[in-house]
Amino acid sequence: MITLPHFLVLAGILFSIAVAGIFLNRKNVIVLLMCIELMLLAVNFNFVAFSRWWGDVAGQAFVFFILTVAAAESAIGLAILVVLFRERKSINVENLDTMRG
Amino acid sequence: MNQILANSLALATPEIVLVIGASIVLIVDVFLNDAQRGISYLLALATLVVTAVFVAALPEGRNVGFTGMFVVDGIARFLKLVACGSVAAVFLYSRDYLRVRGLFRGEYFVLALFATLGIFVIVSAGSLLSMYMGIEVLALSQYALVAFDRDSSVAAESAMKYFVLGAIASGLLLYGISIVYGVTGTFDLASLAVHTQLGAGTNVGVLFGLAFIVAGIAFKFGAVPFHMWVPDVYHGAPTSVTMFVAAAPKLAYFALALRVLAEGLAGAVGAWQQMLIVLAVLSIGVGNIVAVAQTNLKRMLAYSTISNVGFILLGILAGTPAGYRGALFYTVAYVLMSLGSFAMILLLSRKGFEADRIEDFRGLAQHRPWFAWMMLFLMASTAGVPPFVGFFSKLYVIQAVLDVGLTWLAIVAVLFSVVGAFYYLRVIKAMFFEAPAGESVDESSVSFKFLLSLNALSVLALGLCSSLLSDTIAKAFH
Repeated sequence: MITLPHFLVLAGILFSIAVAGIFLNRKNVIVLLMCIELMLLAVNFNFVAFSRWWGDVAGQAFVFFILTVAAAESAIGLAILVVLFRERKSINVENLDTMRG
Repeated sequence: MNQILANSLALATPEIVLVIGASIVLIVDVFLNDAQRGISYLLALATLVVTAVFVAALPEGRNVGFTGMFVVDGIARFLKLVACGSVAAVFLYSRDYLRVRGLFRGEYFVLALFATLGIFVIVSAGSLLSMYMGIEVLALSQYALVAFDRDSSVAAESAMKYFVLGAIASGLLLYGISIVYGVTGTFDLASLAVHTQLGAGTNVGVLFGLAFIVAGIAFKFGAVPFHMWVPDVYHGAPTSVTMFVAAAPKLAYFALALRVLAEGLAGAVGAWQQMLIVLAVLSIGVGNIVAVAQTNLKRMLAYSTISNVGFILLGILAGTPAGYRGALFYTVAYVLMSLGSFAMILLLSRKGFEADRIEDFRGLAQHRPWFAWMMLFLMASTAGVPPFVGFFSKLYVIQAVLDVGLTWLAIVAVLFSVVGAFYYLRVIKAMFFEAPAGESVDESSVSFKFLLSLNALSVLALGLCSSLLSDTIAKAFH
């Protein structure tokens, strides 16, 4: 039997993997975008699980909004990435350090 | 049913007008050539004016629409009017700057108007769902605005940093919201307030979610230790965009903290007060100390913003009506002063010269004494020197903190303000006591100079009759 805590633990693990991925990744900006996406999907897991548990559809409605925003967010992120690549000819995270102070 | 919908829509007229106006600018701009671009600019300004008129026409008192998702109260009306004013000021200030750099394009105005819409939605949010949508509308427009100068390598880099860190902030906030929803079963801030007052305020689950929500809010505000994006974004973005990012969104984040913490999670005040104390002390300390080491004025103002955010948090963490009023007073004063400070950078900049280093201000008193005095007003006010408005804003939040018995916190805040005064004085010293670095070219329009003088003098005027602003704010909270 899969119960609420199982879902919450899974969501927690996915969320932690996403956060760890953002901070450990030193190579590629695309991986950062994937981590951000994973983070939002982990949160969606939580919302759906709680929504089912409470028998309240508001949580599932929230998920639709998050999915839509995540799509818009990826679009903006990739657009910025294209601008960055045109300027730098590289999408290496380590090159994002020209400003200091 | 239809009557209820009509009432809700009537409350949202300013937002509807703003969306229509932004869409008109978006479409009209497609049919204009570069010489006619001024039409988009005028349309964007007209949109803000009409929106402000509709805000002023909203009914008095607290009104709730869209089944509790949308709240129009005194604070919402006041913040919306200030937001309209500050965005309009940003437009007026940035016209010449954008034109000289070939950045005078419709996208700037469209994105800024949509960001204003995000501010409006946050300010009026009655539920965590509408709040989240507002935050994202504001954030996504800001990411695009920062990357708006497509030929600038630093702008692209700072936009990328802003995007990644902003997305983490949204993720943390959402995770916190999901946990709070799991414990209480509601997104509605009013019912959340009831739940937390009835004992959920000390529930471990709510406190766990609260930690994530506070981290998300701190990220958006730019409070230490979540401040990494602030200096880079302020430094890398075109100055007119920096001015936008620095000013109006702070009003929205103030409303975010007020609605979520002070209204929704009022029952957990003991828990979030502890977290905000840590954030406020670190922000005021790190912001003021690191600012001393900066040579770039935009970076210095970024660290100054961080310390100012610490003071805004001081007012909120007091958890009393006087504290919230003080924090709102501080936020409005900060918006006014940061608009003026960045306008000074715009005033001195010209094609191929950004005027964003402190040494670019050397000897300003010799060839442009009037504006040297205006900058003196702005810097002295930000440092908290009486009789400027910045002094009273610091006074009110520190008073609120003293009233709840956190004397040590007030002492720390005052001590770091003294450290902060040092780097504002350094700018003043460069202007008045150092030899000019080169000749200065006067390229600004008369309207720009008039607005800047008005802005700087209002810092003095609002300080001399500070009751004007504090009475308005007290009425908004009533």
